[in-house]
Amino acid sequence: MSKTITIALAGNPNAGKTPLFNPLTGARQHVGNYPGVTVEKKAGAYTFPSGEEATIVDLPGTYSLTAYSVEEVVARDYLVQEKPDVVINITDASNLERNLYLSTQFLELGVPMVIALNMIDVAQDRGITLDAQRLADLLKVPVIPILARSGKGTPELMGAALELAKKNTPWNPLHISYGEDVDLALQSMAQCITEAEFMTDSYTPRWLALKYLEGDSQIQEKGRKNNPAVNAQLQEIVAKVSGHLHQTMETYPEAIIADHRYGYLKSVLRQEVISHKFDIDRLHASDRIDKVLTNRFLGPLIMLAVLLGLYKFTFTYSELPVAWIETFFGWLGGNLSILLPDGHLKSMLISGVIDGMGGVLGFVPLIMFMFFGIAILEDSGYLARVAFMMDRVFRIFGLHGSSVMAYIVSGGIAGGCAVPGVMAARTLRSPRERLATLLTVSFMNCGAKLPVLALLTATFFSNNQAQLMFLLTLLAWGVALTAAKILRLTVLRGESTPFVMELPPYRFPTFRGLLIHTWERTWQYIKKAGTTILAISILIWAMMTFPGLPQSEEEYFAQQRQEAAASLATETLQREEKLAAIDTAQAGSALRHSLAGRIGTAMESVSWLPGFDWRTNIALVGGFAAKEVIVTTLGTAYSLGETDPEANASLAETLAQDPHWNPVVALALIVFVMFYAPCFVTVVCISRESGSWKWGLFSICFNTGFAFLLATLVYQGGRALGFAG
Amino acid sequence: MPTILLREMQKDQSGTITAVKVGGELGRRIRDMGIVPGTRITIMGRAPLYDPVAIRIMGGTLTLRNSEADYIEVEIT
Repeated sequence: MSKTITIALAGNPNAGKTPLFNPLTGARQHVGNYPGVTVEKKAGAYTFPSGEEATIVDLPGTYSLTAYSVEEVVARDYLVQEKPDVVINITDASNLERNLYLSTQFLELGVPMVIALNMIDVAQDRGITLDAQRLADLLKVPVIPILARSGKGTPELMGAALELAKKNTPWNPLHISYGEDVDLALQSMAQCITEAEFMTDSYTPRWLALKYLEGDSQIQEKGRKNNPAVNAQLQEIVAKVSGHLHQTMETYPEAIIADHRYGYLKSVLRQEVISHKFDIDRLHASDRIDKVLTNRFLGPLIMLAVLLGLYKFTFTYSELPVAWIETFFGWLGGNLSILLPDGHLKSMLISGVIDGMGGVLGFVPLIMFMFFGIAILEDSGYLARVAFMMDRVFRIFGLHGSSVMAYIVSGGIAGGCAVPGVMAARTLRSPRERLATLLTVSFMNCGAKLPVLALLTATFFSNNQAQLMFLLTLLAWGVALTAAKILRLTVLRGESTPFVMELPPYRFPTFRGLLIHTWERTWQYIKKAGTTILAISILIWAMMTFPGLPQSEEEYFAQQRQEAAASLATETLQREEKLAAIDTAQAGSALRHSLAGRIGTAMESVSWLPGFDWRTNIALVGGFAAKEVIVTTLGTAYSLGETDPEANASLAETLAQDPHWNPVVALALIVFVMFYAPCFVTVVCISRESGSWKWGLFSICFNTGFAFLLATLVYQGGRALGFAG
Repeated sequence: MPTILLREMQKDQSGTITAVKVGGELGRRIRDMGIVPGTRITIMGRAPLYDPVAIRIMGGTLTLRNSEADYIEVEIT
């Protein structure tokens, strides 16, 4: 009988896990999330040449197994709880010593392991010679040199993994000596753990003791819940040895442990495992590229060009497929409208379902193009340089150097989109900085806000429209960064996450890798965000439709129609016009009568502060569906009938003549539209990416409150200064 | 040979780490990445605004903020 073998792929980020994982599993991959966290869980099926079936789990890349980041917690919990049959530890042979630090921790855990020495070609180019057999003998685990990108050595690697899995040996933890002080503490702690059978069903006593000494908060938390008495006992020993180490050597237990791990590695590597032909500081090709790309003057210029390129690529090349999708859904809606009888079903299918689906799929080309562009930047290693160069600026606002991309895509250059922007924040690994970025990117001037801004600036500030639009872009940056700072000082308070980061050598991305990367992320958007977006789209349609006009009003409009038909029976053109006017008047009153309309009217009790009337309020409620809807809804509320957001001459005229409107009201509305609740597609994405609806809800409330405050300041300030004349 | 803080090192200057005086999350992260006493480091360059700093260590390149580099003492060689 053959059971499915589980193999975990583990290693440092950039060591080449993905180039190994993708060809092995091909299309038989499943991407999900680990429960409760937003870390991707990738697993795939693999069949050995001999016929055995295996599941390969691609663990997140980590440098260590101590609970420092979500990735590390996820990787460790998987190993300890799921107990895979074998771990394939992928190491970068050109940077072996640092990579083996993680391997040492696998050895200490005792999990059966095969080490893959990846990128031996790079190591050779750098004059590094490695004796894999010698390393295998010293570490007592199989060591296989491979080239993951070309597949060289992969069969041998899988063979070694299969052989080890079949042996089914019990876990055999390696014991490293950490010097007298720590060793003694470990011994007494392990004894204490064994006696009390303290969490021994999951962990070995020595390993548990080690994690306590390393100050691993996750393990300590578990221990406290499991058995407070033993936990206190262990903490006491830790405190004692920590105090002693601090007094005598000004150091920490975790420092001693790390030093001894590296010491152990150095002693292994020194035994004729590794030899360097060149000076270790010799400049590699990558360093020469960096001399230009991170140069003090050229670097920022090139970065600006690259980011501009990414932006152009995302928004220009996706235009055509977006237009196709729009045309298709327009055609579908048109056909349905001919086929179906008038009524609520037709209205729901067209305005709710088809528009909603069009909304979901309309973003797909954008997201695909953006992720493709980002995958190139990420896989080539340039993204880390962007973070390196921008960090000093973004740190001031409590963000991370990598935040810049999310802002640019969201509309840092006017006309982006917050949906791919929110998704671009995935490249951030520090949790608080990432959340602050997620919550503030929607302040940027996305493409959907532009028609609204264009309408209002053209109507009320026609003389300096261009300057004003530019100022509004600057305002968006200023407000987004300020809001990020406010969040980091309040709800997301806390130390900035350490920046210590690797600048991986530049590499040519593989086309296959780019496609898989892009497809996975896009599919996740369709599958997860899509269904929610569709549901909310129908909900918003219902809000703007129900309750319908009361019987008496329906009759009133019907009567008007009859009168018009009777009096103008002969002249068809005039009659059509008259009938159309009655239709739009009815649509206007129906909107006012609907739930959205009632909310809008009710909100007049507060919206006088920033100077908005009920028509504007309804439009703003509609804008939650998508910002460009604000223009259309405003048209309906003014009973102008169907308004094309791009060609809105009649609406502009109406606004200019309406005594309620003046430049101060317009400016207050501009500010409000820029900063109030993100559209619900963005809200759904924020919730998905942050892993909690709490943050989606927060973004609605925080942004609307913030925008209300700003708009009120503009309106009341403008009035007080006498600009409202 | 003089011992100075990593922050004070110039571009292309090399040395051997003598102490990493920080514990907690930052300390662990720094050590995970290979910044431990006895290791040789070289300054590769600084970002356009002089911060963060890029260092060569164990054959790879790492970046650190100056505020983080303040905990690392290096003996210049």
